[in-house]
Amino acid sequence: MSLDTLSATAPAYNFAYLDEQTKRMIRRAILKGIAIPGYQVPFAAREMPMPYGWGTGGVQVTAAILGPDDVLKVIDQGSDDTTNAVAIRNFFARTAGVAMTAATAEASIIQTRHRIPEEALTENQVLVFQVPIPEPLRYLEPRETETRKMHALSEYGLMHVKLYEDIARHGHIATTYAYPVMVEGRYVMDPSPTPKFDNPKMHKMAALQLFGAGREKRIYALPPYTDVVSLDFEDHPFSVQEWPDTECAMCGAENVYFDEVILDDKGSRMFVCSDSDYCETRQAEGHFGPQHAEYKERLK
Amino acid sequence: MYVAVKGGEKAIRNAHKLFASKRRGKANVPGLTIEQITEQLSFAIDRVMGEGSLFDRGLAAMAIRQAQGDMIEAIFLVRAYRTTLPRFGYSIPVETARMHVERRISAAYKDLPGGQLLGPTFDYSQRLIDFELDPEAPAPTPDQSETVEAGPMPRVTDLLGADGMMEPDPEDHPEGLIGDLTRDPLSFPADRDLRLQNLARGDEGFLLALAYSTQRGYARTHPFAGEIRMGDVDVSFFAEEVGFEIPIGRITLTECQMINQFKGSAKAPPQFTRGYGLVFGHSERKAMSMALVDRALRWKELGEEQTAPAQDEEFVMSHSDNIQASGFVEHLKLPHYVDFQAELDLIRMMHKESADRDTDTAQQEAAE
Repeated sequence: MSLDTLSATAPAYNFAYLDEQTKRMIRRAILKGIAIPGYQVPFAAREMPMPYGWGTGGVQVTAAILGPDDVLKVIDQGSDDTTNAVAIRNFFARTAGVAMTAATAEASIIQTRHRIPEEALTENQVLVFQVPIPEPLRYLEPRETETRKMHALSEYGLMHVKLYEDIARHGHIATTYAYPVMVEGRYVMDPSPTPKFDNPKMHKMAALQLFGAGREKRIYALPPYTDVVSLDFEDHPFSVQEWPDTECAMCGAENVYFDEVILDDKGSRMFVCSDSDYCETRQAEGHFGPQHAEYKERLK
Repeated sequence: MYVAVKGGEKAIRNAHKLFASKRRGKANVPGLTIEQITEQLSFAIDRVMGEGSLFDRGLAAMAIRQAQGDMIEAIFLVRAYRTTLPRFGYSIPVETARMHVERRISAAYKDLPGGQLLGPTFDYSQRLIDFELDPEAPAPTPDQSETVEAGPMPRVTDLLGADGMMEPDPEDHPEGLIGDLTRDPLSFPADRDLRLQNLARGDEGFLLALAYSTQRGYARTHPFAGEIRMGDVDVSFFAEEVGFEIPIGRITLTECQMINQFKGSAKAPPQFTRGYGLVFGHSERKAMSMALVDRALRWKELGEEQTAPAQDEEFVMSHSDNIQASGFVEHLKLPHYVDFQAELDLIRMMHKESADRDTDTAQQEAAE
């Protein structure tokens, strides 16, 4: 810092809102989380100026790791322009003034809710997840005192029984998002409510993955290149969502996660990429889907 | 034709503008002043200060005005501001036996040292809407007894304690350590200090319902309102630099000591036990609810049976905070279409499989 940047009046809020003591406390929790991949570290989450359940955990993690030179991307449902992503981006624009981007490749920190970008992330990036219920066993056992014990003893029989019962009853594992994963063969972890489509991306990801749950006061982490295996059975292997014979109506992409858009009240629908930056980048590169104006132009 | 979901930023800005104009209402009606709220809506102020955990009447009034009277929203504004305040230290515990009492009643004794003092209260009034109420008319001057400074008002629980009929006050922590769930993550089992802190910040409606459930047989606690007192207490701070206590202000509190019948157990002799409630401002409903729930949560130390939700500390403490609760309930308004798509995909597949099975069975039956 130079003398020029020192001003007589203190700013109303610290850089990235949280005071430095709080950031230090959160960084310690993050470091502990990185040291024990998949373990939920309790931390003294603060009340944030946005409601619990709206990303306060992710926001605190981002605020604790954010530096003035970082480039931040915020997505919700895969898109930079969904309302809550906009609100969180505004929060950091106002309190930290860092550079913002929608381009996945340009971001040094990506805060996300419910998706992992389609484009592979690199070692120079950090992916921060907003987590509502960090405990993968919560719906099987509501008591924290019990679930902590189960993690301590690696006692995950209950989870396997649940998955087995799904198969016995429905013929499938009836979990489509927040699909439980085993981390480095030790902790069962909730990947946050991302669709199971994104689970394979977590496995041995080059980027650091951090998970913040504000209301539940937990942080956990996946260091780069961590083993992340979705739970399954030999005769019922894990599989991800597929949309056979479907391409993005705007960019023509296949094998991505799609949003289904209803076009009228007569059952017409189309599919578009959930990852809006991925879709726009492809369009800019000249890939078009059947609903794109250029596509129709080309057919003429 | 697909319209890209763009323009979130502009839509949010406009929604906020619209909200601000709704807040102001008709421009020809005078705007609310902070003084009007602090002077004339004192119960609203007290609730916001209590559940917002910050004693500041002016700030509570600003929050209520900004939140258009939505109490939980106002509490949220105060909480979010509170976390940003520097913390210099913890005050000396306040002494409610030396309260400047405005109101003090006991339902356990007809008369007692210091007397019954009704003070300002809704109790005993007929709940008839006063169509004649003139907001501009001067309020009637209350009759004053000869302003004899009331004698000392010992707490009822101390009177009972003197002959061993009442369980004693819990012992202080040897190093004066008291938990603070705003600084440390909560873990279970939680001690009574943390439970009381949690209840003091907890939602009045939630505690009221839980307290009510204990009266209806879900963890019966046989309560008597031993004493409810409301008034001002001095707050002092021990300043290390000068080496003595400095009074730093005065706050209004409502304290409730519930007395509960207790026939004794393997862990404790037969004697009256207590539930304790303490809240900012004048809030008897909340203080009483808190005391009933506090007592119900003490089942383990008193060797009672656990049978009801109000006794379950994990259930009570995890769900008492209305800022956490409203945030998570209302987050369902956020887009969830990625997860919904995943579920849709699964349900479609299972639906089809089920229909196929039905067709197979029907064909089989027809063939037989």
